[in-house]
Amino acid sequence: MKKFVAALLTFTVAFFIFSLLYDSQSFFPKYGEKDLNNTISQRYLEKNTDETRPYPESGSANIVTSVVVNYRGFDTLGELTVLFISAMGVALLLNVGKERIVFRVKPNFILKAGVRIITGIILIVGIYIFVHGHLTPGGGFPGGAMIASSVLLMYISDDKFKEKMKAFNVLEGTSGVLVIVLGLIGLFAFNSFLYNFLPSGEIGHLFSAGLTPILYVLIGLKVGSELSNIIGNFLTQGGEE
Amino acid sequence: MIETIGVIIGFIMILFALMAIESKKLLNSIIFLSMTSLLSVVEFIIMKAPDVAITQAVIGSGLMTSLFVFTLMTMKKSGEK
Repeated sequence: MKKFVAALLTFTVAFFIFSLLYDSQSFFPKYGEKDLNNTISQRYLEKNTDETRPYPESGSANIVTSVVVNYRGFDTLGELTVLFISAMGVALLLNVGKERIVFRVKPNFILKAGVRIITGIILIVGIYIFVHGHLTPGGGFPGGAMIASSVLLMYISDDKFKEKMKAFNVLEGTSGVLVIVLGLIGLFAFNSFLYNFLPSGEIGHLFSAGLTPILYVLIGLKVGSELSNIIGNFLTQGGEE
Repeated sequence: MIETIGVIIGFIMILFALMAIESKKLLNSIIFLSMTSLLSVVEFIIMKAPDVAITQAVIGSGLMTSLFVFTLMTMKKSGEK
């Protein structure tokens, strides 16, 4: 009875939302029928990828990247801070020690052999995604998460595997500091935080878009090492260091 | 044509989400949840948002699923020593 009432409530709310959204008088256009020519996003598209301009504003082929890293770079720094605080919270709250948790189910042979093949491929794809973040879809966050998932696979397959926590901490700290230093250079020399001061180059090349690929590589390294640290902290126990 | 496929996938997603809530075994529940986010990747691609699709594929159906499975492997049943 309780489930029936819950389902009825959900469907009623869904019906009202959809009937209001797709009303003929509403301002919300139907999917695929929005006219983009008069909106502000068209202006950003023209500024970025117009090849007749002598200097395209950010020069990255992927417009989402230039929005995320150039126009809203400060937001991305805030997201990194949120991730850093959550990683720190996991490390502080869990009783993190040296001893590794051993699973009840032993990893079998197929898992071990498969992981040995697939980990390298996942690592390479992750690195590719954040190096080419300004050319193809993807970027720092998915690339870093891919690196962390390969670390996770190593943990699942190998009972004795333990990552080098110190190296990841150093990598995370260095890349975070470098992002802020690059932003401060822009602030003091060019009057805006994270200003894209390198030459933007030709659209579509690997070395283009100025500061964007460098920032994305740093973000990817930071996210990857942070998520790997979280996974490592989840799987250790024992109070004494 | 492509909108019809999107609507069908949406209904299958609702079905999988209900099954994830209702299933008795925790492992089945995790797999149904993973199926839901995998289908949402297809939906994002239909809506022409490949960036979001990649992020959803990696985090939603890759990392979260393995973390859930992982936690389930370390957990013990109540009463078991």
